[in-house]
Amino acid sequence: MNARTLHPFHGGVHPEEHKTESNGRPIATMPLLPCYVVPLRQHIGTPAAPMVKAGDRVLKGQMIGQAEGYVSTAVHAPTSGRILAVEPRPVPHPSGLPDLCIVIESDGEDRAVEFQPLDWRSLDPSALRNRIRDLGLAGLGGAVFPSYIKLNPGATRKVPTLILNGAECEPWITCDDRLMRERADGILRGAAAMQTMLHADEIIVGIEDNKPEAVAALQAAAKHLGLPVEVAIVPTLYPSGGGKQLAYLLTGKEMPAGGRSTDAGVQVFNVATAYSLHRAIDLGEPMLARVVTVTGHVAEPQNFEVRIGTPIGDLIRQAGGELAGATGKLIGGPMMGFELRDDAAPLTKAVNCVIVKNRKLFPAAPPAMPCIRCGECARACPALLQPFEMYWYAKAKDFGKAQSYRLFDCIECGCCSYVCPSHIPLVDFFRFAKGEIWAREREKEASEQARQRHEFHQFRLEREKQEKADKLAAKAVDRLKTVETSSSDPEAERKKAILQAAIERAQKAKEGITPKNVDGLTPQIQQEIADIEARRAQLREAAHAKDEDNA
Amino acid sequence: MLSAILVMALGGLVLGGVLGWASIRYRVEDDPLVEKIDAILPQTQCGQCGFPGCKPYAEAISKGEADINRCPPGGEDGVKRLAELLGVDPKPLGEGLEHKPKSVAVIDENLCIGCTLCIQACPVDAIVGAAKQMHVIVAEQCTGCELCLPPCPVECIHMEVIHEDVTTWKWRYPVHSLHPARPH
Repeated sequence: MNARTLHPFHGGVHPEEHKTESNGRPIATMPLLPCYVVPLRQHIGTPAAPMVKAGDRVLKGQMIGQAEGYVSTAVHAPTSGRILAVEPRPVPHPSGLPDLCIVIESDGEDRAVEFQPLDWRSLDPSALRNRIRDLGLAGLGGAVFPSYIKLNPGATRKVPTLILNGAECEPWITCDDRLMRERADGILRGAAAMQTMLHADEIIVGIEDNKPEAVAALQAAAKHLGLPVEVAIVPTLYPSGGGKQLAYLLTGKEMPAGGRSTDAGVQVFNVATAYSLHRAIDLGEPMLARVVTVTGHVAEPQNFEVRIGTPIGDLIRQAGGELAGATGKLIGGPMMGFELRDDAAPLTKAVNCVIVKNRKLFPAAPPAMPCIRCGECARACPALLQPFEMYWYAKAKDFGKAQSYRLFDCIECGCCSYVCPSHIPLVDFFRFAKGEIWAREREKEASEQARQRHEFHQFRLEREKQEKADKLAAKAVDRLKTVETSSSDPEAERKKAILQAAIERAQKAKEGITPKNVDGLTPQIQQEIADIEARRAQLREAAHAKDEDNA
Repeated sequence: MLSAILVMALGGLVLGGVLGWASIRYRVEDDPLVEKIDAILPQTQCGQCGFPGCKPYAEAISKGEADINRCPPGGEDGVKRLAELLGVDPKPLGEGLEHKPKSVAVIDENLCIGCTLCIQACPVDAIVGAAKQMHVIVAEQCTGCELCLPPCPVECIHMEVIHEDVTTWKWRYPVHSLHPARPH
């Protein structure tokens, strides 16, 4: 049934799927809400810069936050209305800390700006990518990396293999499944545009074998659109939907550690991102909504097409509300997701699933027991790491050692924690260690900057002292000359003596100054100082010349 | 016998010469230990250690003139790392020194009279302003050393603790609460 030879990745687990709870119903839309909260940080990289202030009126689809810097993308108003505030609000983040958001009060009219379809076949590639950035496209698979960067074929001007990720390997989540079943045409139209932009030779859609309807829908759409798309069926095994895992599974190419998959000639996009790209280029619509699974302990588990900025509490109510005995909410799936701290937090581009927990479906984690060195975690690790080694070092806070066991190649998929017979929350330790290492790097950078600034500060003080001494000496010499040329009465003699003494004092002061902090400098800093001195000399000369001109 | 002694002596002379030449040719000017100590110090330049900056303190430590527990901004962690580097036992922070959470100085712009005294006190030139003009602190460059507080004649500078936000937040060390066993 599958022409392609698959290259199974190492490890992986097969948790209970729990897909049928939510994949039976079609994607529903949400009614217009009175209020939306749009976070400015919805993607990896620099948050968008707000373009509106409280009191402004906006239309649906209007850009309210623009991309800042390279790794960034825009955010848009989900409906028409008035800006209530630009302030920190709760956001879906594991910390539960607030972040800067734009709050919009809906006016109920839902008037949109005029959307202009993009002429992507004739537009200059760079201009097209910038338009895509301004339409706010970010990867909907979970990493929310700005899409316009991934659509750049780079120096090689070509990425041979384009992979659409429809694996959706994490339990409970069915949003991509429903999207593929219902909107396969749109997904493939987006994929065709991606293929053109990346100059890709082939498009492969990877789908796990537990989604036969999605496979059929995509195959039908490919036939009907006449697109040479290969729909590859992969075995259901978590985490086959990980970008690197899926790329290896389908092509046998291993992605470089710390590098991008484009380096290996492969680019992976989520199917939902392809669908958003289709809407962006064929309709000119910014990323205003996404499909989200609401499942678990709710009355009617279902997928919804939800506007970005919808409070998650409202979304859960739309799915019939949480049932009695709910014990909390997960954002994302049970393997990689995190606890939602506040129902008021809005839906962002990164949120693909909301799960309401209860004690039966999500029992409390049993207490962690000591590691028995069974090696199960290493057998399950799809990144070919040795989690037990990294765990020991992370636990002992020996971060350097943990890093030498390739901590940063860990994709935090949770397979190791899942198989651990001692119920050790291994991934929690890895996240802790990564956070500490990043914090230390930030501190190191800051202290290095402070060191340089302090060194320059001291150099500047010495220089100023010296200049003052020079100036005084020069002044005294000048005065002495004028006194000498004048008559030789006793008054002048007295002045002369005073000035002579002043010159000597200045000379002495000059000799006394030996700048200590310029000893033993690196050649680079010495060069820098020399450059600065040269510039200063030039300025002095220029000023002198000007004075003479004036005279 | 004699030839053996001569060969050994000649060998000794040649090798000694090479070593002597190498020690001059590849001489390291700076004391590498000072650099290593300085790299551990937080570069706050606050002078709480009793030395005018981090580098002088590092020099004093390397000469054995100062203890390793005089740096409050570095905290216990810093003392531990210094102890590790120098092969001595870590010890608690010195008397009268306490580790404070990282903070930045903030100038109350309504009170500032533009006297430039704080600008002169700042060890990292993180204050912008001119005589009789309002001053402002560049928060990203401020090390939180508090050296600008005492010279201010109108006490318009105060310290603000830097709170965690979503960019600086870190996953906590995993701890699991223990539940008492249910009675059978």
